[in-house]
Order: sequence, then C-alpha cells, then structure tokens
Amino acid sequence: MSASNEGYYLPEPSHWPIVGSIGIFLMLGGFANFLHGGSWIIMATGFAVVVYMLFGWFGMVINESQNGKYNAQVDMSFRWGMSWFIFSEVMFFAAFFGTLFYARIFSIPWLGGASNNVMTPELLWQGFEAVWPTNGPGNVGGDYEVMGAWGLPAINTLLLLSSGVTVTIAHWGLKEGNRTKLILGLWATVALGAAFLACQVLEYGEAYNHMNLTIESGMYGTTFFMLTGFHGLHVTLGATMLLVITLRAMKGHFTHENHFAFEAVAWYWHFVDVVWLGLFIFVYWLV
Amino acid sequence: MSTATAAHDDHHDHGAPAGLMRWVYTTNHKDIGTLYLWFSFVMFMIGGSFAMVIRAELFMPGMQVVDPQFFNSMTTMHGLLMVFGAIMPAMVGLANWQIPLMIGAPDMALPRMNNWSFWILPFAGTMLLSTMFMEGGGPAFGWTFYAPLSTTFAPDSTDFFIFAIHMLGFSSIMGSINVIATVLNMRAPGMTLMKMPLFVWTWLITAFLLIAVMPVLAGAVTMMLTDRNFGTSFFSAAGGGDPVMFQHVFWFFGHPEVYIMILPAFGVVSQIIPTFARKPLFGYASMVYATASIAFLSFIVWAHHMFTVGMPVAGELYFMYATVMIAVPTAVKVFNWAATMWRGSMTFEPPMLWALAFVFLFTLGGFTGLMMGVAPSDMQYHDTYFIVAHFHYVLVTGALFGIIAAVYYWLPKWTGYYPDDRLSKLHFWWSAISVNVLFFPQHFLGLAGMPRRIPDYSLQFADWNMVSSIGGFAFGLGQVFFFFIIVKTIRGGEKATDECWEDAQGLEWTIASPAPYHTFVTPPEIK
Repeated sequence: MSASNEGYYLPEPSHWPIVGSIGIFLMLGGFANFLHGGSWIIMATGFAVVVYMLFGWFGMVINESQNGKYNAQVDMSFRWGMSWFIFSEVMFFAAFFGTLFYARIFSIPWLGGASNNVMTPELLWQGFEAVWPTNGPGNVGGDYEVMGAWGLPAINTLLLLSSGVTVTIAHWGLKEGNRTKLILGLWATVALGAAFLACQVLEYGEAYNHMNLTIESGMYGTTFFMLTGFHGLHVTLGATMLLVITLRAMKGHFTHENHFAFEAVAWYWHFVDVVWLGLFIFVYWLV
Repeated sequence: MSTATAAHDDHHDHGAPAGLMRWVYTTNHKDIGTLYLWFSFVMFMIGGSFAMVIRAELFMPGMQVVDPQFFNSMTTMHGLLMVFGAIMPAMVGLANWQIPLMIGAPDMALPRMNNWSFWILPFAGTMLLSTMFMEGGGPAFGWTFYAPLSTTFAPDSTDFFIFAIHMLGFSSIMGSINVIATVLNMRAPGMTLMKMPLFVWTWLITAFLLIAVMPVLAGAVTMMLTDRNFGTSFFSAAGGGDPVMFQHVFWFFGHPEVYIMILPAFGVVSQIIPTFARKPLFGYASMVYATASIAFLSFIVWAHHMFTVGMPVAGELYFMYATVMIAVPTAVKVFNWAATMWRGSMTFEPPMLWALAFVFLFTLGGFTGLMMGVAPSDMQYHDTYFIVAHFHYVLVTGALFGIIAAVYYWLPKWTGYYPDDRLSKLHFWWSAISVNVLFFPQHFLGLAGMPRRIPDYSLQFADWNMVSSIGGFAFGLGQVFFFFIIVKTIRGGEKATDECWEDAQGLEWTIASPAPYHTFVTPPEIK
C-alpha cells in the first residue's frame, strides 16, 4: 500500500477544471451568440470541450479509484457530494413544478375572474374560460389537442418503473458477486431508458405533427414541454451514465463492497424516476 | 519553500508550486480562498465604480453625467456585481481559507471541484460585463430582472446575462456542496457538531440555503430564456402565464439569498467578539438554533418583497406575520453578541471595531426591515430610497463590514503580518463615518417619496442627495485605501504570533503564522 492510502487523498493540481470552465464559457456564450444570428460552431466547440473534460476528469477519478487511492472517508465525501447534487436537481424541478401549480391554482383562475378579479375578463379577455389545460386567453399557438395519459405516457411510466427494478436487480447481482446478473440487469436498465426516450420522441412527433401541441401552445404547452423536456434531458444524462457504469462493470471495475459509482448512478436514476411520477400525475393525468 | 526541497518526500509535503499555473491548476484550499478573495475585491472595485457613476449623476437634480438607459444599466450591474461578484465570492473565499483550518481538516473535501467552483467565476464575470459593450447596451432592468422588462423589452445582451447567471449559480452550487461535504465529513476527531466554531455553523447553513435556492434562480433565468427565444408563456398573461409569477420564482431564490449574504457575516462577528471581549460566546447553542431558524424562515417569507404587486389579502397577512417573526431569532443573536461583551475585558483592535460597527449598523438596517415587513407601512416606502437605505445598511454595513472584519481578523494568519494598526483604524473611522453620510440621508429621501432607480429627481430631494453623494465618494475612496493596507500587510509589517490575538480560541490559532501551505495533514485531537 502506498503512503497516500493512509491519510485523506489530496489530489494533485489539475488542469481539468479550467478546461471545463473554458468549455462552458464557449458553449453558453456560443449559444447566446447563436440565438442572435451567430454561427453554431462556437457552441459546438464548447460542447466538445466539455465532453472532452468529462472524459478526462472522470477517467482520472476512475483510475485513482481503481488504484486504491481512495479510503472510506473519500468515499463518504463522494456520497455527500452526490446526495446534495441530487437535492439541487430536485430544487431545479421544483421551480418548474411551482410554475405549473401557480398557473393552475392562481394565475389562470384570476384571468378568468376568480378572487377579486371580476373585471379582468370583462375588460381584457372576454369569453375566456379559465379551465386547465389552456393556452391562455390569447389562444396562443392556436387550437391544440391535449396529450392523454393512458397512451405512450402510461407505457413510459411502465418502462421507467421497470428500469428502477432492473437497476436494483443489478445491484443485488453486484452484492452477491453474480456478474451475469449485474451486467444483464444494467443492460436491461440502459435498454429501458433508451426505450423511454424513443417513446418520448414519438410522443413529441405526434404532438408537433398531429395535435398542434407545441412549446408555444400557451401555458399548457409551455409547462408540458419544459417539464417533460428537462426530464427527458435528465433521462438522457442518466442513461449515458448507466452505459458508462455498464461498460465499467463489464471490465470488472466494481467489487461487492466498493462500488460507489454504481450507487451514485442508481440514486440518480431513481431520482429521475420519481420526477417522472410527479410529471405523470400532474402533467398528464390530472388535467 | 521551493518544490525541490520536498521532492524526495511524499507529495503531500510539497510547498506551493511556482508560476502562474499554480493558481490555475491549484487544488489547495488556501490558494483557492485567496483567488476568491482577490476576485471579489476586483468585482467590488468595478461594482463600486458603477456606484460612483450613480452618485455622480444624482449629485444634483437634472441630467448631468450619463443618459438614462446607461444609468439604469449602472444600477443593474452595480447590484449584480456586488451580490454575485463581490459579497458571495468573498464569503466563499473566507470559507475556503478558514473552514479547513477551523475544523482541523487537511483541505476541502473535493479539492478539484473546489478549483472549478472558483475558475468558473472569472468567465461568468467576463460574460456579465461583456454585455455592457453589446449593441443595445447591458441589462438595464434592475438586479431583480423582473419580467416583462427582462423578457419582452430587454436588449439582446440579456441572453448573455442569463448564461452568466447560470454559470454563477453552477459555481455556487458546487462550492456549497464542497462546504457541506467538508463540514460533515472532514472534521478532526472530537470536533463534534456542537463544538464547531460558529463561522463553520453559519457557513454550513448558508451552503444548504445555496443548494436549495440557486437551482430555482437557474430555473427562473431558464424561463426567461425560453420566453425570450422559444415562445413559451411563463410570464405572459395572454398564454395563461403571469409576470407576477416571475417575482414569486425570483424571490423564492432572492429572499434566502439575502441570508446567504449575511449568515457568514454573523459567523465572523461571532468569532471576533468573543476574542476581543476575552469571554466565550454567550449562548452558543442558541446562536446555532437561531441561525437555523432564520434559514428556515427565509424560505417562507419571500412575497414580502411584493406587497404592492397584487396579492390576496390572506397572502399579504401571512407573509407579513412570517416576516416579522424573523426578528425573533435575529434579536437572539444581537442579544448574545451584547451579552458576550457584558463585563468582558474589551479591547478595540481593528477587527473588533468593524465587528462592533456591524452589530450597531446591521441592527439599524434590521429595524428598517421591520418597518417594511409590515405590509401597510411598506405600501408607503415601496420602491423608494428608503428600501435602498435599508438594504445597503444590511449589505454594506452588514455583509461587507463582516467581510472586512474577517479580513482584518485573519489577515495576520494568512500573511504572517499584522495590518498597520494606525492605518487600519483610520480606514475604519473613515468608512464608518462616510457610510452613514452616504446611506442615512437616503432614509429621509425615501420617506419624502424619492423613487429608486431614477437618474433625475425633483428639487426638494437635492440637498440630501448631495450629502449622500459626498458620503459615497468618501466611502469609495476609503476602500481604495483598504487595498493599499492589504498590499502593505502582504509585503511586511509587524510579525504576527501564531496566536495572532491575545488568548484567541480555535484551531486556526494553533498553527504557524503565516499558515503553511498544508495544514492538519494529520488531524489534531480535540478534547
């Protein structure tokens, strides 16, 4: 055992953070520039730099982990780090759920004359029926159809809930030292995640092409696409991380007591799952 | 110490690497703390220069110096730079330097992420400042960027502003995760939670607040982005959204944010007063609980920023009562500081002077806060100079004075030299007097009805505005003087002892002055 294994592992100076900063700066600055008629090249370059940084940085951490540089205390720092990161993500979604509830409970009834706003529809929006779902008194985006809960969304619920089961089966496999169970469980989870995303692509295509339901369809379209869209992005991220974990598991990276990377991704996956349940109830079902 | 001397040894015993790349690649909490503090000082100077433009324009009635659009851009950028560029990074800098030293940890829990938290800031700051040079000018809608001013009616540069906020938020979240992981996981054996210095406690709670609300701010600016560019209706009544909803989302972030800026200052003052009163902090446990209560209450009072905006009466009443409740834990703190000094052997070194000024002047700002927490009276002062006076008392003589007190308190530990006593005291009295000349008259202006965020005003406001501007220029000059004091201290002066201050308590005073590059590589025992 090397000396560095005894105390807390303090990493050497690293160039990855500054690479990440430059990448984010180019990506976001390039995006803003693109929105105002600039080229997409700066944005794409920035994204590539961020991806390069993620590969390099995580690769370095994986190497250190495989070489036994981390002790139990470092493991605990990672656990706290991941938990609070997920909490920050919860709060990000809370902001968007908050807008959905605010619109449904307050702003839309008020536009229809509820509370002390009797004159609002009289003077501004005559004939507006304040019933959710709505694209607002301005009929923003034109007439549209509402996305039902029991078609693709219900299938997606089933897919995600099953993936929560398969990732747990993989975890059992890891703890029992059953590699087949681990790897099959992980591949199943990745596949279910991919199937979920495919269904969501179909759903969006249906909405845009046949239902005239777009992100511009007033508050209903706004909350529908922003909530499901950000969720979809998180599923994409989670599935990517699961894929990395699967490949690492196939290389034999995890032991039955030392596999925090696996657990971190599993936590993240369950978080994505729970957000979906909230979406299914409040965006699809109770409309 | 050169790197070569330690080359044969385990790599933990290296001194600081040489050259510029030391600062860019560093994973050392002291280096990163120093970077944060200097970055915040640069932002403080730029934001301060914007304040000088504001005070120059308001020196006399009529339009003299800048055009109204640029004036609005100055108030906006001044607020943004001071909140996100100066106060918050300075607090994180103090946390980086002090938390590991105060809990006996070798470094922050996640040192590489710590580097990233800092090195996002200069890029975010550059992006934010670059908006000033874009066509249509920089953001001019106030630091609260209310929709629809910031959506429908804002210049193109607003999208750069949005992404700058995203980056700042990302940095804050990572920094806070690091603080929490450090405090919960890196304490030396025997350092139980209820033995932690109060600065560590206040930062633990602050970090929790940051992780809870910075993502909500990210959500708010994301909604702005999509409303501006992708046709969403969050803040548009025509689509069923509501501009007032922007204010709810913003202030759900914004109210905890004001405690994010003040709680670490509470912690600093709770370290300094016991040292110079030579008595342990009175009511340690109640200080911890009071801080936690303030943090909890900060989540449920946000709409007191919106009393005049249109809310059901039940909402007004609820937010009024909840807001006024915050006075209780805050009063516990002020009482405890006073009780700590009661019959203490007081001396008045520079850190103590700043801490005392903090207690007096922050409390004054708290009282004006109470006046505005009461909905019916807030209706009279809303959006006048009274609110400007209020939040500058809590942020300048509160948060900023807390930071300056901390710098004077810990500078001997960081540099190995005491700041020049005579110059430091001159800096203190100059600042303490000028800041009151600057902000106290703004109470009168506000009560007399002068609105905030305007470049011109009617004649009856002329005299007090001139007084306020004179105070402003003097205060600004005083902070340039602060820069010279710091540089002078770094270059030399009276050698600091390890203890620095007579009988100062805490782990940071057990190590050498200046603090070696690596400290507590083997954890100390705490009895």
